[in-house]
Amino acid sequence: MKIRFLAAGATVAAAALALSACSPGAEPAPTPTDADKPYAGTVLQYWATNQGSSLDNDVEILQPELDKFEELTGIKVELEVIPWSDMTNNTLAAAVSGQGPDVVNIGNTNATTLNTTGAFLPFAGEDLAAIGGAEKFYESAWETTGPAGVDPTSIPLYSQVYGLFYNLALFEEAGLEPPTTWEELLAAAEELTDADAGTWGIVAPAGTVNVAMHIQYIFANQAGGSPFTADGEPDFVTDENVEGVRQYLDLMATQKVMNPSNAQYTDGGQATADFAGGKIGMYMAQTGNVNALRANGMEPTEYGVVPVPAPRGSDQVGSFIAGTNISIFEFSKNKEAALEFVKFMTSPEESEILNKAYGTLPPVRDVPATAFEAYPELMDMWTEILADYAIPMAQVPTVSAYQANVGGGVVGLFGNAATGSTITDDDIRAMLTEAQQKMATG
Amino acid sequence: MSNTTLENSATAMMPRRRSGSGGKRRFTWGKATPYLLIIPAILFELLIHVVPMVVGVWMSFIQLTQFYITNWLEAPFIGFDNFKVALDFTNPLGQQLAESFGLTFAFTVLTVGVSWLFGMSASIVLHRSFRGRGLLRTLFLIPYAIPAYAGIITWKFIFQRDTGLLNEFLVNVLHVTGDAPFWLIGDNAFWSLVIVAVWQQWPFAFLMIMAGMQSIPEELFEAAAIDGANDWQQIRYVTLGLMKPVNAVLLLLLFLWTFREFNTPFVLFGARPPDSANLLVVTIYQSSFIQWNFGLGAAMSVLLMLFLILVAALWALWNRRVRRDA
Repeated sequence: MKIRFLAAGATVAAAALALSACSPGAEPAPTPTDADKPYAGTVLQYWATNQGSSLDNDVEILQPELDKFEELTGIKVELEVIPWSDMTNNTLAAAVSGQGPDVVNIGNTNATTLNTTGAFLPFAGEDLAAIGGAEKFYESAWETTGPAGVDPTSIPLYSQVYGLFYNLALFEEAGLEPPTTWEELLAAAEELTDADAGTWGIVAPAGTVNVAMHIQYIFANQAGGSPFTADGEPDFVTDENVEGVRQYLDLMATQKVMNPSNAQYTDGGQATADFAGGKIGMYMAQTGNVNALRANGMEPTEYGVVPVPAPRGSDQVGSFIAGTNISIFEFSKNKEAALEFVKFMTSPEESEILNKAYGTLPPVRDVPATAFEAYPELMDMWTEILADYAIPMAQVPTVSAYQANVGGGVVGLFGNAATGSTITDDDIRAMLTEAQQKMATG
Repeated sequence: MSNTTLENSATAMMPRRRSGSGGKRRFTWGKATPYLLIIPAILFELLIHVVPMVVGVWMSFIQLTQFYITNWLEAPFIGFDNFKVALDFTNPLGQQLAESFGLTFAFTVLTVGVSWLFGMSASIVLHRSFRGRGLLRTLFLIPYAIPAYAGIITWKFIFQRDTGLLNEFLVNVLHVTGDAPFWLIGDNAFWSLVIVAVWQQWPFAFLMIMAGMQSIPEELFEAAAIDGANDWQQIRYVTLGLMKPVNAVLLLLLFLWTFREFNTPFVLFGARPPDSANLLVVTIYQSSFIQWNFGLGAAMSVLLMLFLILVAALWALWNRRVRRDA
């Protein structure tokens, strides 16, 4: 009897213990130990996005900087690098549950959507001053933090733009000049394509939803349109938006200068690897690809970059201002230490080091883009695209839904084109209509 | 007879011990022990199954979008609106749900059917002792032992159009076709999904059927053989006849598991599978995590749950009738 009682008691105790272990237990910030290091001993959790050529590469780049931060402030930062494919889910889960890291990186296209969740600390007043104020950032970078008049919940960390990478050797061999119009791009791509030899004019991760949305946004703007009205309402079913899809899709569907297998590429890495392989003429990709191309064996001396060209007579839009921002979760018990960390990560010194390592553009004023210091032509080109060809992404709460519905729809059409279906303007219009209806009911 | 009556009367006259002392029951550890032992199970059952289910049902009645995810209690109550969207087959979301349902049903019937057929065939072959039987049994169980993700990712490589093993075999070895087909997009994606799901499921069917067949006495086969039953008749009347209860449970389990399959399409195709492979749970996932409309996703989940409860209830009715008739 006694044994039975003990056994029963033990199981109840074990259950109680397990349940108590499940309950949220936030560690309070420790008592300050040093006047210069008021938050010494604090441990911050940081989710970084995958900016490097691999998750390990990110750790190699970030860890020395985090160690430096610990030495300066006594604040330890525990790093976890999250692949882009998991980032939104993980961030959402943390937002919903109130359990997660103190500091997180986000893709800046999601800045406004995530701002509306109320899960992140607004940078305003003292909190904005604590990280050095808005003035230390370029205006174009600051615009990626959200709509004017709304306190931002994310701060620019790495800036990027789209450019057209072209293979110097293939262009030289074919006697081609880098294209300045879409028509020239198509002509060059046609000239370079030899499907039997496995050579293609252009490559794109055509099965990747966010890239499909990025390109559609750029091309719709080239045609003088936008997926959103001035009031921020979705307005997908327009001729300009149809054109935005058609221009991208036709590379595979009608021009046949893109390998149909690209429709299976569900992340950018496969397209980057293809381009680095030396048998692809052109690749529309973001600045940071310099890093991934190098990891795949292609040095910046082997390619050139020009703005993504627009059709003759269209608006000269070559990119939107892309990049990665950094946010602090509202539920963080270590707000001051987290602000210190954001200030450190966006300091001129760190901005230079990190953007150099990642091949991205520093959003902080007067910080040189040293990633390209050995290649002044590339540096000038990225600066030119950012200054003259890049527009801001629409800062509306439904950008994520636009990405899912229109980006997803474009990916679906690429799938149809790859498997032999003819895609008409009516098909594109039907896809956009469906996406618009989903926005209304979703 | 009279003795029994007398005993009964005597018993009725005796005071009842337990009802004494004003109806109070005395606490003893002996009586409490079973309840204490079952408390952890009940607690965890509530925590892991019942509470999330109730929360899910509640979510289906609120407008839980990105604006309310940090404070669910502020999300407006919208009654059956999420269900109306899910069941309005004229709007794209409802239409997608209906198409997913039909697709998932076909996928489930095919996967369960083929898995059961493979499992039954292999069990019959391996029921009788022969050299190498142990090796084959182990070999057949390997897909069940491999972590699902690792197995599915391997299939994803096999199904790649340009570099995949399947096309290498079809195009360059067998020369069945000159133009390499797609397996991860377009209509073929459905068959890729079925192939991977069967590869994962059938070892479980094999394991269950093998275990069930161990309990069939060898004498029954001998008796059937003496009565002139050939191999097929032995399978038909002895094996399948006696395996009916095992098969009934197995088919129900496989149906329920397969109908809510998520890992296979998600790992094979990512968050946006081709239309031909957009299973129901992936559609629910898209509504929740891609559209950021957790209320609508929850409503779709509740509908799925109701359907699976209906299937289980119909199965229970059918099973009761079979047992009664047996």
